[in-house]
Parts: sequence; structure tokens; C-alpha cells
Amino acid sequence: MTHTIRMRVNGKDHTLDVPAQRLLIDCLRYDLGLTGTKEGCSVGVCGACSVLLDGQLVSACLTLAVLADGKEITTVEGLAHNGQLHPVQQAFIDFGGFQCGICTPGMVVAAKALLDTNPNPSDAEIKDWMMGNLCRCTGYYKIIESIRGAANRLQTERVS
Amino acid sequence: MNTFDYRQPETPEEALALLHDLGEDARIIAGGTALVIMLKQRLLMPECLISLQKVRPLDYVDASNGDVRLGALATHRTVEQSPIVRTRIPSLAETFHQVATVRIRNVATVGGALAHADPNQDSPVMLMALDARLRLATTTGTREVPLDAFFTDYYETVRQPDELVSEVVVPVPAPHSGSVYLKFLPKTADDYATVGVAVAVTVDPRTQTCVDCRIAMGCVASTPVRAPEAEAVVRGERLTQALAQEAGALAQRRTDPISDARGSADYKRAMAGVFVRRALGQAWQRALTGEER
Repeated sequence: MTHTIRMRVNGKDHTLDVPAQRLLIDCLRYDLGLTGTKEGCSVGVCGACSVLLDGQLVSACLTLAVLADGKEITTVEGLAHNGQLHPVQQAFIDFGGFQCGICTPGMVVAAKALLDTNPNPSDAEIKDWMMGNLCRCTGYYKIIESIRGAANRLQTERVS
Repeated sequence: MNTFDYRQPETPEEALALLHDLGEDARIIAGGTALVIMLKQRLLMPECLISLQKVRPLDYVDASNGDVRLGALATHRTVEQSPIVRTRIPSLAETFHQVATVRIRNVATVGGALAHADPNQDSPVMLMALDARLRLATTTGTREVPLDAFFTDYYETVRQPDELVSEVVVPVPAPHSGSVYLKFLPKTADDYATVGVAVAVTVDPRTQTCVDCRIAMGCVASTPVRAPEAEAVVRGERLTQALAQEAGALAQRRTDPISDARGSADYKRAMAGVFVRRALGQAWQRALTGEER
């Protein structure tokens, strides 16, 4: 038995028929072809599948697609605007905030969610927020620098 | 995951009627952060999930009747950030902030965490020390259960299949009270703890003696547990190093931990004593300074 759900993903409306046990991560990757969101641990610990659900950071691997019915979803594919990378994405490039890249989409989405609610976080606040996103290359210092850099750039943009 | 049916009631009444009709064949899903993992592991294979997502009347934090009342659908993040909780029981907001990661707190609900009944969780331990009680609703009425009479075993509670955890009631601590939740995290900050201890005390500022003391421990038995002997030895006394030590030793006797990746049974028992001693000291300090309740 399937259920009809409506979701707005990265600004685009979709209507899908899904079984109740369909996970949001599978819906995004296999039904919509949005493979930017990665699956790591599958139990909500590693943060690779971080997406925004109505602006709130969640694990797509623990979210049933039926629970996303009627909601707005932002994945890493939805951050760039008119070919311009989002300042968080640009900062990860400028500050070398990734090595192998598998955790990066989740890191970038989590960092965006942080800066949406706290535009000027301290290093302690960055660490507290980002502790649920694991990088096995252990590039954490560069990631913190990237987020700080993105925060500075966003603030400069706001002033000018 | 097995295949299951999915129902989405829009009022508490509809949800309770479905639960009444489907009973043990159904499982309630709120945030789903714990349930979805159990479904993936096939520890649960329900015929139907009843989603509370649209039952918005159960999503609130309220203190208009004196007590702090947390609706079952309030998320951990909501409680952590709630001005009502932060001003009346700041240590409770602090505890909810310490749960897992923000991704989980954005979704996991107060009622879901209690119904899940994993003894390694944080909030049930603190709520127990704060003398919380919860409300279980059915189609015919509501009953109230003290939280320390709710849990019966790993993932087991006194909740009947047709009952829904609808609300948690937390009394606002008396003046000159202090409380704290301490968890021991030797691995990572978002892991389940090796031990978690909550202490709530009320101190007579004139005599500096203990008027009331409640101690609860998590991760050390099949349910969160109180430590009544330790509480009794503290009541009526002034807190000294020796007394805190004695309370810790008495509390240890209430533990029955299992050895796992977070520590051996012996180690957890030893750490429970240490953390009871530390939490007692910190809660006492808060009671005296009045900076936290």
C-alpha cells in the first residue's frame, strides 16, 4: 500500500507515491536522484544525511518519507543560487574544509543551519552544534575555520 | 523494515480511538528517532504506525497552573530553549540540551523518549529526580503515574497498549532548591553515557541542612533507578565530604549494570558512586547560591 506525499525539495514541488516504510534518504537519492545527501551510519549518529526539514536540521536516514509530507526540504543541492555557491560551500573550498568529501554535504548543510539561527557563533558553539557530524579524515580544525570564515563573509555581505 | 500501514490522525481523540482499536498491532510514532532504528533492526514489526505528527494540541510547554507541563509532542529542542523551562527549572533545560545532537533534539519528543524506556537516556533520570509524573490517556480517561513507578524493564513500562503518554508534569522546585544532571562520557559527547546521575536537593538556608533529597541514576540497571538509602542518609544533615561519600556508596548498591562498550559492570558501579558524590555537591551549591534550581 502506498501513500501520496507532497514535498517541496530545494524549491521544487514533488508528488510521490511511497510505501510507509520508505525513508526520506532513499526518497531523495533514488526517487528524486538527489545523491548529494549521503548515507553513512544509518542510525542518526554520523550526520552524513543531514538535511533541513522546514528549516530544521534532521537526519534523513531516520525520517520516514511519509513524515515529510507537506514539508519543505533543503538538501546540499539546494544551497547554490544562480550558479553561485552558498558562502558556506565557498568557505569549505577556501579554507580546505574537506579531504575525501563524503561527510561534506552533511557538514555544509549542518553549518548552514547553525548560521541561520546563530550568525556569529563562538568556536565553542560551532563545536557543540557540529559534534554530530563526523569526519573520519579528522579534518575538524579546517571545518571549524571554514564555518568561522563563512560566518564572517555572511556578516560582511549583510553590512554592505 | 517490514511493511506496515500508516495512519495520521489529526486530533488526540482520533489518535486514542485508533490506538484503542489496533492495540498491540500498532505503534505510535512521534519523532521516530528511536522507533525507526528499532524498525530497521526488526526488533519491532508493527502492522500499523499511528503518527502523531498532526496532533498539534499535544505540542506545548505550559506553566499556567503552577507546575511545568510538557506536552508529549514537545521536542527536546523546544524544552531546551523554552523560556518557561529556562526560568523555572533551568537544570531541566540544561539536561535536554545534553541529549544526543541537535539533529536528534529537533525531532525526538518528550513523550516518545519516555515511552521508549531505554535506561541509557538522560531526560528520564533528571525528570525522576525532579519528582515528575506523567499522564497516560485512553479513550475513556486519563491516569497519572509517578515517573519512578513507570519503568519496569528494558523498553518496558506500565503503559497499556491502548494508552498514550500525553503529558509530563514537573513540579517547580521549592525555594533554596538545586538540581543537576551529570553524565560521564568517556568516548564522545553525543554517545549514551557510561553513567548518568541526577540529584535534586532542598536546603534550609538557616541551618544549612537538607530538607529534601532525590537521587536518580541512568545506565546502571534495566530502568532508571532511585537511590532511597542514599537520599535518606542525606536528609536532615549538612553536606560534608564524608556524607557525600557515604551517599555515593549507598547509591552504588542500587545499581545492577551490564558490561558493554561503555564500561565493565564494576567500572559503571564505581563511577555511579563517584557521580552521585559530585552531583550532590553541585546540586547543594546551586541550592545555596540560588543561581540554578
